[in-house]
Amino acid sequence: MLRFIARRGAMLVATLLVASFAIYGALYLAPGSPIAALTGGRTVPPEVMAQLEARYHLNEPFLTRYWIWLTSALRGDLGESIPLHEQVSTLIAQRIGVTISLVLLTSVIIIVVGVGLGIVGALGRGTVDTGVLFASTVSAALPAFAAAVILQFVFGVMLGWFPVLGTGDGFVDGLRHLTLPALALAATSVALVTRVTRTAVREELGREHVQTAISRGLPWSGVVQRHVLRNAAIPITTVVGITIASLIALAAIVETAFGLNGLGAYLVQAAQNKDFAVVQGISLVLVFAFVITNVVIDIAYALLDPRVTLGSRAQ
Amino acid sequence: MSSLLEVRDLTVQLKMDAGPREVITGTSLDIGEGEAMGLVGESGSGKSMTAKAIARLLPDGAHVTGSVTFDGTDVLALSGDALLKHRAQVAVVFQDPRAHINPVRRISDFMTESLRILDDVPKAEAVRKASAALEEVGIDDPTKRLKQFPHELSGGMLQRVMIATALLSEPRLLLADECTTALDVTTQAEVMAILDELRRDRGLSMLFITHDLELAGAVCDRTCVMYAGQIVETSAASRLHEDPLHPYSAALVQARPDINSTAERLVAIPGRPVSAFEAPAGCRFAPRCPHAYAPCADNEQVLTDLDGGVVRCARAEFLRGKLLDGSHV
Amino acid sequence: MSTEILDPVAEAEEAAPSRRGLRKIGLLGWVSIAVIAVALLLAILGPIVRPFDPNLSDLSFANVGPFGSHLLGFDGQGRDVLSRIMVGARSTVLGAAFVALIAVAIGTSLAIATAWFGGKFDASVSAGLDVIFAFPGILLAVVAAAVFGPSLFSAGLALAIAYSPYVARVLRGAALKERAMTYIAALEVQGFGAWRLCFRHLLPNISSLIVAQGTILFGFAMVDLAAISFLGLGVQSPQADWGVMVSDGKTSLLQGYPIVSLTAVICIVAVVAAVSFLGERLDASSKDVLR
Repeated sequence: MLRFIARRGAMLVATLLVASFAIYGALYLAPGSPIAALTGGRTVPPEVMAQLEARYHLNEPFLTRYWIWLTSALRGDLGESIPLHEQVSTLIAQRIGVTISLVLLTSVIIIVVGVGLGIVGALGRGTVDTGVLFASTVSAALPAFAAAVILQFVFGVMLGWFPVLGTGDGFVDGLRHLTLPALALAATSVALVTRVTRTAVREELGREHVQTAISRGLPWSGVVQRHVLRNAAIPITTVVGITIASLIALAAIVETAFGLNGLGAYLVQAAQNKDFAVVQGISLVLVFAFVITNVVIDIAYALLDPRVTLGSRAQ
Repeated sequence: MSSLLEVRDLTVQLKMDAGPREVITGTSLDIGEGEAMGLVGESGSGKSMTAKAIARLLPDGAHVTGSVTFDGTDVLALSGDALLKHRAQVAVVFQDPRAHINPVRRISDFMTESLRILDDVPKAEAVRKASAALEEVGIDDPTKRLKQFPHELSGGMLQRVMIATALLSEPRLLLADECTTALDVTTQAEVMAILDELRRDRGLSMLFITHDLELAGAVCDRTCVMYAGQIVETSAASRLHEDPLHPYSAALVQARPDINSTAERLVAIPGRPVSAFEAPAGCRFAPRCPHAYAPCADNEQVLTDLDGGVVRCARAEFLRGKLLDGSHV
Repeated sequence: MSTEILDPVAEAEEAAPSRRGLRKIGLLGWVSIAVIAVALLLAILGPIVRPFDPNLSDLSFANVGPFGSHLLGFDGQGRDVLSRIMVGARSTVLGAAFVALIAVAIGTSLAIATAWFGGKFDASVSAGLDVIFAFPGILLAVVAAAVFGPSLFSAGLALAIAYSPYVARVLRGAALKERAMTYIAALEVQGFGAWRLCFRHLLPNISSLIVAQGTILFGFAMVDLAAISFLGLGVQSPQADWGVMVSDGKTSLLQGYPIVSLTAVICIVAVVAAVSFLGERLDASSKDVLR
């Protein structure tokens, strides 16, 4: 078990190194000189140019520059946004709260609604199951931006139940502002989780070891808890983990659609403004979050399924 | 003396895609206290379904008529807590132990589950009992085994665990459904020996289901032979092998090659075994029977007493003693 | 004398599997195929068939509802919505097809190469793919937009690269299974070269899975590409594209004129749903064959 975690940890570090290298290196793929990319084509006075050259060590070999960037990043210094003259880390810190709240709320919706409906559909009879299937098919067809637009129109403009833009003040108002975005973000994920949960629970219900438990005279609720759900938890946890990991990137769409000033929306703006330091910084944070989430999924899987010794979970 | 288990005129229809299909027709059998009854048949004969009906493990939508009485209680009418209690009293040992034990829980969890949940036995004591049971079935180092997961044990060991677990809850009746079929021959012999010994020690009744007539003969007191959902013969187990009363039983005996002699051709019963719903009217075995003649297909065959056993064959008395000759009459 | 009572219906079904397969498509299947056909037709013929100039903007008609031959009315800039939808199909549908094709091409080559050579090559390529896996497609497209400037091409290429590891992983499993089959070993022993074996034997035998994966990927690509255009990092306004139209139409929508955004959304969702449905059917039947 410990060996498994160590292996995954090593892969995590390796992946992050290569990913950060790619993020840093992308700067140099841009047409024109690195300075031009950093300044985004704006004209800057010569003192600033000299400052930039010193700051980015442009006289030094590429690998050194990369290493300096990476080590500073690990210490929390992600450089400076040239157009805004602010530390990237400050800019990120100002916005990360919104993104985290959004992802958290969405995750709760996915787990409660997705897994809940899946179990209800698998354990229930005919009509309940059909209802669950229908709802999940509708939900599956709505990618984040589609759901965002529809929800904004129906619940925001037409019915006026929820605000459509901005983050609001305070906890309750903030929650109201996050409701539609979280629902839009959750739509396709809920559908996938519901389907996988339903299939997993159904399959477990048909397994022989469940029949053994029944044959011993154990009450049905105990059998469902200890054998059906416990075993189905393996694929369910995996799919929940994967969908939550995907939220990290998809949040950008919903944040943009609903005017939330989170990391995702800011990343998009920075890309449009060619504010390269910010793009690098946020990309690093997002990739880091994504990879860590995947490692957590792998560990959870190994904890739930004792048959996994070495190697990764079955994809 | 009334038997522990009385099955009378059991008829079972299963719900299949094509509609309800009969798999057991008018089957009756008795098992006394401490008696081991063999139930022999090929696939589709209905033998597993009989066991499932007794344990109330039939699939949803199954239609059951007739009666099953266990220790005076009408089993088919049970529901709720009484049904759970009945299931706890009838222990089943299944065919493929690896599929029948939860792979993500430890052996100790599997073995002590019943004791802890149904009998409220404290965990430490339950584990002690499980450990003792493992020793009884011949597993060394039970403490280590209890902490392991099913995938760390071999098939033979898992089957012993199943047997040990079945006996832990002190059942009155043991249903062994082809419990050695999935094992290799050596392990099969070991497991059978353990099962037989423990059963006799505790005076347990057992219904031993198998397709192997000889194996049934080795551990059972009486044996029933089933074909196409009906019992075609019930006899003392040892007698069945030497002196079968029904052509089908004789065919089963003859189909097993004798290790001591060389056969020129392996004997096989022509055609394939049928289930109850595929069977023709009249004698269900007639199409494959070497001794059948016209009236066999025309008349429903009934069970009749013959020489200490029961047999479902109109020609049984006539064929008495001639079935193993290899001659066609 | 045998007494097997045969079910004539079952016998007929067993004898004609292809007919059974077609029957299995069902009503939804035909509807899906129809939707995809219409989308493809629009993608190819849209700019020719459209009734009005999609870029002709007349602000006096801004947000006016449907009338006459303007079946869908006008958008916030006074442009005919129906024409924009018909023309927009091209970048949305063909863009997605381009992404799916490239991702499948890269993924298939990698899958077959790693399955064939195995060993260290397999391990290192798989590790490399794992790294690419660490980049969600949209993130890669955003970075590409920042580096190369926003365009359909850079977004599409970024997505294709991001999808390749997924395709490679799925196909690698099937390729490995096929590689391990005895007929391949038999041909190898006879002296047939690796190229020939891969192209004429391995590839065709996993082709149904490739098609199924490609179809599913096409659905993903459409959604992601439309999302990126929605963000303003793919196809650029004022060019007509369904994703761009969703974004452009939002101001109108918030004012109570949802037709632009909603029509574009419905078009995207309809095609994606149709493609996903077919893709899953193909995937299921390809698994039957490969068993």
